[in-house]
Amino acid sequence: MLRLALKRSLRLGPAVSDTPSAAVASRGYHERVVDHYNNPRNVGSFDKEDANVGTGLVGAPACGDVMKLQIKVDEDSGKIVDACFKTFGCGSAIASSSVATEWVKGKQMEEVLTIKNTEIAKHLSLPPVKLHCSMLAEDAIKAAVKDYELKKAKGAPKQE
Amino acid sequence: MVMARNLIRRLPILYQNHHHRLFSSATAAVAPSPTPPVRNDDEEIVEMKGVRVSGRPLYMDMQATTPVDPRVLDAMLPFYLSRFGNPHSRTHLYGWESEAAVETARAQVASLIGANPKEIFFTSGATECNNISVKGVMRFYRDKKRHVVTTQTEHKCVLDSCRHLQQEGFEVTYLPVKSDGLVDLDQLAAAIRPDTGLVSVMAVNNEIGVVQPMEEIGRICREKGIPFHTDAAQALGKIPIDVEKMGIALMSLSGHKIYGPKGVGALYLRRRPRVRVEPQMSGGGQERGIRSGTVPTPLVVGMGAACEIAAKEMEYDTRRVTSLQERLLNGIRSRLDEVVVNGSMEHRYPGNLNVSFAYVEGESLLMGLKEVAVSSGSACTSASLEPSYVLRALGVDEDMAHTSIRFGIGRFTTEAEIDRAIELTVQQVEKLRNMSPLYEMAKAGINLKSIQWAQH
Repeated sequence: MLRLALKRSLRLGPAVSDTPSAAVASRGYHERVVDHYNNPRNVGSFDKEDANVGTGLVGAPACGDVMKLQIKVDEDSGKIVDACFKTFGCGSAIASSSVATEWVKGKQMEEVLTIKNTEIAKHLSLPPVKLHCSMLAEDAIKAAVKDYELKKAKGAPKQE
Repeated sequence: MVMARNLIRRLPILYQNHHHRLFSSATAAVAPSPTPPVRNDDEEIVEMKGVRVSGRPLYMDMQATTPVDPRVLDAMLPFYLSRFGNPHSRTHLYGWESEAAVETARAQVASLIGANPKEIFFTSGATECNNISVKGVMRFYRDKKRHVVTTQTEHKCVLDSCRHLQQEGFEVTYLPVKSDGLVDLDQLAAAIRPDTGLVSVMAVNNEIGVVQPMEEIGRICREKGIPFHTDAAQALGKIPIDVEKMGIALMSLSGHKIYGPKGVGALYLRRRPRVRVEPQMSGGGQERGIRSGTVPTPLVVGMGAACEIAAKEMEYDTRRVTSLQERLLNGIRSRLDEVVVNGSMEHRYPGNLNVSFAYVEGESLLMGLKEVAVSSGSACTSASLEPSYVLRALGVDEDMAHTSIRFGIGRFTTEAEIDRAIELTVQQVEKLRNMSPLYEMAKAGINLKSIQWAQH
């Protein structure tokens, strides 16, 4: 359907490249993805050494996607009080991780483990070819939580 | 003539003389878009595919296609409106004048490459020419010649034709290229066998702009008696081509890369020594049996006019494009670090600048550069998640291949456009580097290659 619209309004559309990247013509960006890209929420870094911070680093540069998601957890209540992210990846990856940081704020750690990539994908209307971006965001959340728990486990014996 | 000039101007300007701003109705009438454009003061905001742009983007993708030169359009229009005959109609004036125009165009194309007009055959484009060259030559000589030598950085149509031949039982050697994109001549000579029927190396690469050593390759092929085919779609009218000096036997040319119309191309087929091909289009035997089908007079006239203009203006254009390329590269390099140019800088057509910005992913950069029309060698912008095969053949690290952007500079690019492109690029790269964990780690002194990434 997008292809027809593109053909009809051909004069307004950019020319399709003659390199293998011709398929980009059939994909569009949902406005939420563009919004997260233009106004990213929670970009930044916490101190990795801080005992209250859990860091999740997932992905690989060779795949074109690396996400670093950090959560700041309140020790007593187990609630995530703040989150930030940094991403090397396409617009959908940036948007997925940005959404992830928004959704984890103010939730319990056990709760955020239930965030599914399909929810992120639906919120951003990601096309099938971009679903792995949302999966990576889900992995990043889980990795951040795991990192925090590991830190707590290591820290607790010392405190005693 | 006036019509042509008006057509190339941006549509809103035509209506600026009216009292009312007719922007939205005018554009809606001419080119309906998925959502109606929103009026915002003086600028016309276009919304397409979720992206809002004010005004039209700067066009910096000349390798994909070029705008038609108004002089070319002027030459073409009479053949659509009044002199519209079929050039193969032998019985009346319409046919005769159409045929005369085709022959004039043929001579114009031939003179740009130093060939005889009898050696030029018009087709629908460089893709068709590549198909005729690769498949047509090998199928004609199928009894004696079973091997083809080509490179890994060829255009998809050449690679796909070779793959097709492999399925038919031929053998193909895909030569690797050096890290600067040039083919190794010793490897090329060593790869040639007694049963090699064709060597195909493109003159100027469409992705990285590297110019191959044509004369040396031509000499090697001549010594061994093997036809040398080259895909010169990006080279025509941009670098001087002489089929005699370069020892070329077959050459693919494209109209829409030299400010001519889309849908037309030309195949150069040497007569002495004669190269035979098996036609890929069956029909009435037009174009000496090489390519059947009515020759599209207006398109062919356009291509001829484009070639003539290119012959006159090649030197001036090259000087201008070179200075614009330097301006672009220096402008970007003076404000950003870790900028890598992909491919050789010395053996390059200046109008093609393929750069990688470390730690920034290509598709996200393109999303931010929506006011500049460029393209990328990044995986995300291709249907599969693989980065460009050309960049991979150069040996570029996978993470750098994801970051490449190709800027195309041409005859109509202005300094103001270059400056604006620099501005926007620097802005977006800085923003994305702030968002990039890799940049953060690199600045902290961590060696990214030493990290064990969690693959998933």
